[in-house]
Amino acid sequence: MDATVSWLINLIPQMTEPVARLIVDLVYAGALAFVAPVVVVVAFTYMERKVIARIQDRVGPNRAGPFGLLQGLADAVKMLTKEDITPQDADRIVYNLAPALAVIGVILVYAVLPVAPGVIGADLNVGVLYVVAVGGIGTMAILMAGWSSNNKYALLSAFRVVAQLISYEIPMIIALLIVVLAAGSMQMGEIIAAQDVPFLFTLPLAFIIFLMATIAEIGRSPFDLLEAESEIVAGFHVEYSGMKFAFFFIGEYMHLFVGAGIATTLFLGGWRGPFLGEVISEASILGVLLGFVYFLIKTVFIVFLMIWIRGTLPRFRIDHLLDFGWKFLVPVGLLGLIAVALVLKLPFLSSSGLMWIGLLVANILVIVVSLAAVSMAARRSRSVALRGVVGADR
Amino acid sequence: MPADQIVRYIVFLILTVMTLGGALGVVVSRNLFHSALFLVLSFAGVVGYYVLLDAGFLAAVQLLIYIGAIAILILFAVMLTRGLMDKRQSQHNQQWLIAALVALLIFVVLAVVLWQVEWPVASEQALASPNVSVSQLGQELLGPYVIPFEVASVLLLVALIGAVILARETES
Repeated sequence: MDATVSWLINLIPQMTEPVARLIVDLVYAGALAFVAPVVVVVAFTYMERKVIARIQDRVGPNRAGPFGLLQGLADAVKMLTKEDITPQDADRIVYNLAPALAVIGVILVYAVLPVAPGVIGADLNVGVLYVVAVGGIGTMAILMAGWSSNNKYALLSAFRVVAQLISYEIPMIIALLIVVLAAGSMQMGEIIAAQDVPFLFTLPLAFIIFLMATIAEIGRSPFDLLEAESEIVAGFHVEYSGMKFAFFFIGEYMHLFVGAGIATTLFLGGWRGPFLGEVISEASILGVLLGFVYFLIKTVFIVFLMIWIRGTLPRFRIDHLLDFGWKFLVPVGLLGLIAVALVLKLPFLSSSGLMWIGLLVANILVIVVSLAAVSMAARRSRSVALRGVVGADR
Repeated sequence: MPADQIVRYIVFLILTVMTLGGALGVVVSRNLFHSALFLVLSFAGVVGYYVLLDAGFLAAVQLLIYIGAIAILILFAVMLTRGLMDKRQSQHNQQWLIAALVALLIFVVLAVVLWQVEWPVASEQALASPNVSVSQLGQELLGPYVIPFEVASVLLLVALIGAVILARETES
């Protein structure tokens, strides 16, 4: 952002610094709030449909434009021209407010997402905490949508979603805590600076927990119980149509991008990459662009990972989902937190290279131990007769 | 008055309307769900105050705990309580007199405290660099203020265990 400000001042010498800063701020905010959603949603829906199609041995969208590239545009036009329906006895104000809040809650997270060196809305010193805190707004929006629709399926779905979101917020916070502990800061910029070796390689446990919790927070398969069609029709947005439904859709895909972006920042070293900082200065325009490209590549990779998981795994059952969060991810996360804290304080791991190896070993140890414990528990429960199953004893 | 000061006053005004209006809405609204949503609005106003005062950590925590947890819990309680989902609820029951007395008492106590206590004012030097780092906050919490901190955590633990015991199914 400073680079852009100085570039603007060089371009128009009469401009004072605060004015230039204000203009740059407004342009960036506008770009993030209006352009980014459209680009992100169109690009990711296309990518998702193509990748899922490939996984399922289909071709995917191929009618609108070359390779079906204009499919997103066609969908947008369709959404805009749909009739806007409000159910009878719906709580109008809350009903109309919910889709907007769903998108606002996600856009707010963009503020702390460092997309390129120096390009970040606000490098808060509590950046990580802010990400978690703002997530609560999305939960509110879903609860409001489910309640105000005056539809029992929507309400049931809202209950489920909130139970799921609250449950998976805890493993997510624990994973974030591990990162904060290793980086020694909650500021996004400093977390990136601390990753000479990306945390993916030193803290794989935290990455796995964070990825699973993020998928659950976005509500994607295999954690997409909020829209389990076979059980609760379409979920909390069953009564919404047209642009209001599209808002939930936009919110979901932007959440996908933000979630992957945060994962990139915290675990893949954000915009860092080869040549940047050594050959090309981070302050130059070229450096900023290169950083942005690195960030996009990593983020799209994480999104691809999430689509891959969606295409591979079947949906959880609601009690399994809650059990998995509370009885597996939370204890494993806590174990990992303790292990990382211990390793960070070990006196003989003085050099950073040794520290990284120590962290990696501790993480792998925790993963192996927890998986062994789970497989032991599974073997024990399998050896017990099927007493829990209805009618099995007959 | 410098320009940023004026902006601050305007923001303060908006936040005050938000907070007090939200609080009023909680009491006046006949629909319990709307009351809970007004409560969220009021909490959001307080978040704004913290941001205005450069207390970023407190703002994030307020958002996380009050809106992210407490408000949602209240909404849940409203939704799961039988008969509270009706569009219109009576605003008072037999206990309104006692409730009013207690509320008045709390108001008097708070007013006296506000008036009597000499509030410490931060030094000019501290105001010049208001961004307290999180690590500083942690050092303070586990240093001079360790006893209140630990007491609070024990209290939360007790509440947690109590909730588990209450929610546990009695084995028959």
